[in-house]
Amino acid sequence: MSNEVLEEQINSDYKYGFVTDIEADNAPKGLNEDIIRFISKKKNEPNWMLEYRLKAFRYWLTLDEPHWAHVSYPQPNFQDIIYYSAPKPKVQLNSLDEVDPELLKTFEKLGISIEEQKRLSGVESRIAVDIVMDSISVKTTFKETLLEKGIIFCSFGEAVQEHPELIKKYMSSVVPYTDNFYAALNSAVFTDGSFCYIPKGVRCPMELSTYFRINSSGTGQFERTLIIADEGSYVSYLEGCTAPMRDENQLHAAVVEIVTHKNAEVKYSTVQNWYPGDKNGKGGIFNFVTKRGICLEDNSKISWTQVETGSAVTWKYPSVILKGDNSVGEFYSVAVTNNYQQADTGTKMMHLGKNTRSTIISKGISAGFSNNSYRGLVRISKGATNARNFSQCDSLLMGDKCGAHTFPYIEIKDKTAVVEHEATTSKIGEDQLFYCKSRGIDNEKAIGLIVNGYCKEVLNKLPMEFAVEAQKLLAVSLEGSVG
Amino acid sequence: MLSIKNLHASIDGKEILKGVNLEVKAGEIHAIMGPNGSGKSTLSAVLAGREDYEVTEGSVTFNEKDLLELLPEDRAREGVFLAFQYPVEIPGVSNVNFLKIALNEIRAYKGLEPMEAKDFLVRLKEKQKLVELDGKLASRSVNEGFSGGEKKRNEIFQMAMLEPKLSILDETDSGLDIDALRIVAGGVNKLKSKDNAIIVITHYQRLLDYIVPDVVHILYNGKIVKSGPKELALELEEKGYDFIKEQVGA
Ligand SMILES: Nc1ncnc2c1ncn2[C@@H]1O[C@H](COP(=O)(O)OP(=O)(O)OP(=O)(O)O)[C@@H](O)[C@H]1O
Ligand SMILES: [Mg+2]
Repeated sequence: MSNEVLEEQINSDYKYGFVTDIEADNAPKGLNEDIIRFISKKKNEPNWMLEYRLKAFRYWLTLDEPHWAHVSYPQPNFQDIIYYSAPKPKVQLNSLDEVDPELLKTFEKLGISIEEQKRLSGVESRIAVDIVMDSISVKTTFKETLLEKGIIFCSFGEAVQEHPELIKKYMSSVVPYTDNFYAALNSAVFTDGSFCYIPKGVRCPMELSTYFRINSSGTGQFERTLIIADEGSYVSYLEGCTAPMRDENQLHAAVVEIVTHKNAEVKYSTVQNWYPGDKNGKGGIFNFVTKRGICLEDNSKISWTQVETGSAVTWKYPSVILKGDNSVGEFYSVAVTNNYQQADTGTKMMHLGKNTRSTIISKGISAGFSNNSYRGLVRISKGATNARNFSQCDSLLMGDKCGAHTFPYIEIKDKTAVVEHEATTSKIGEDQLFYCKSRGIDNEKAIGLIVNGYCKEVLNKLPMEFAVEAQKLLAVSLEGSVG
Repeated sequence: MLSIKNLHASIDGKEILKGVNLEVKAGEIHAIMGPNGSGKSTLSAVLAGREDYEVTEGSVTFNEKDLLELLPEDRAREGVFLAFQYPVEIPGVSNVNFLKIALNEIRAYKGLEPMEAKDFLVRLKEKQKLVELDGKLASRSVNEGFSGGEKKRNEIFQMAMLEPKLSILDETDSGLDIDALRIVAGGVNKLKSKDNAIIVITHYQRLLDYIVPDVVHILYNGKIVKSGPKELALELEEKGYDFIKEQVGA
């Protein structure tokens, strides 16, 4: 395929780039202790939370922005960001009728139905949704149904008010504010997010999902998610995100923490589709996220599945600390970069317990002028006897102006460990494309088909509804990437 | 149906087809034979629209349309089918899904609705039986890990599913065991009708015992140097290509 054709055709459409015209309650731009007090006050937080924020903020001030990732971007001006923006009026919503119709329209456009009734009738596809727009959670569905089983699913802010003992116990226990630059920043200024607690022995009867949306201009989104699976419980949790198209870069710095107790399992799936910027690399979200789970007790399991197609720059390593014996960590990832997108993503598997096992399957797809890096750490600590890891990192290149990089780090401190690493790099096959075309399938569809086939191992891990969405997304993200 | 006139095609500046002429009518079976490297696969690739080849001279009309003007996918939608000499693997894409998409793309081109799932299944079962394709193969990824013979059988299965007007079978017989050859050839014969045409490219007379051609052509050094009735294949088998070389004075 010639480069001219390729260049000519690089243009992918982002269909979530609209802005909702909705009144917002904003904090003034900038970051200082007063802003943090402002946020805390707005959220009516107890003093201990404010203290935590301030501690994190003071620590953050001592840090420099990290530069080790294989990405380059202009440093965000942290004083030029609005740290709190809430759709007005912020009232407790008791029924859907009270939701601003503009908001409802927004979610319709995003293809999310927040109509509980509709969902209820279709017994199989029941998903409870928490919706976070800019800084606050606007609606959580199915709350009551879940509560009957003792499951708490609410916005983070609400959890601070109503379940302070759980927040105090678990928040920051997996990702301390000292963890890294963006975790510290998030701990200081986080606004909302989801909270989820599954009590002992309960299998959550539906998928729990949070939908994040950046709407206001000039704002950053700093959400926090905390999921706790108590003994013998199970939950599948989904996260989706989009943002309007803007010329400016907007910052998204989230922290997600997961804790699993004995015999518990959490499956966390993400379809990340923040606005990637235009085809010349202007605008787009900076997605700097810290996600980590801990298998705190024996026989527990945490599984991360991510499909990353959006954002201008992504910096993200969903990780698992395998503390309990026989615990299992999994990471399944598809990361697509097109045009001038940059992604440095991967995982860390920290084996501490005996007989712990981890699996890493990463599929990177690069097109256009983009750069796509896999960065992974497998650490087997002393005493983690019979730990096992299998990693497979595949890269697929479309065109010859993009880059794929793999940075696997392996640290083994225990002789009984077995660690396997496989990596491949391939180009999307002309032969495959021609074969598809010779059967009547056009270029775009053929690419979609081949790429989806290539990612199948990962897509298979997603819940049904999400998998379908992810497949479409992959095709759209790569539209016009091969001539 | 198909009319090839003075077709010249080259790849990377090297001329491979040097003036091919061929007329195929509906209901006919044509066999093309010729030594290795004579340009048989090149001819089929050019007909199917592989972009690596540059057509430097000549014309191809297919059912009144200028075939060379059409995109490869549109040629397929118009009814041209190529059974590949070397079928391609597409990991992670199931055969069934692949065919469903292909079939519906072809239908959409003709302004038809996607095929009902039920009808698709019926056709699937029927065609699977026709070429005696193992049900497991149908649900596996396209050609991935298939044996050589299984790949070839799968090509004919695809042909059966898509019901093309013109099928070009590029050495479909190579790699098939004796029983498979009989089964696959039998399938091809059942697919033959007065409305479609088949071009079989082969090195061996054996296949032509099953799929009996109306005409046999010999492609030599990028040109069709001799055409004749099916007995020509027998003569070739007996004498080898040397007699052709002598005749064309090479
Ligand atoms: N990229 C290329 N550059 C130069 N020559 C090429 C290229 N691709 C193919 N050829 C040549 O074109 C000629 C025709 O090849 P083709 O595959 O059409 O032969 P064939 O008749 O199908 O042979 P076989 O019976 O072995 O299948 C061969 O000599 C081959 O080496
Ligand atoms: Mg050949």
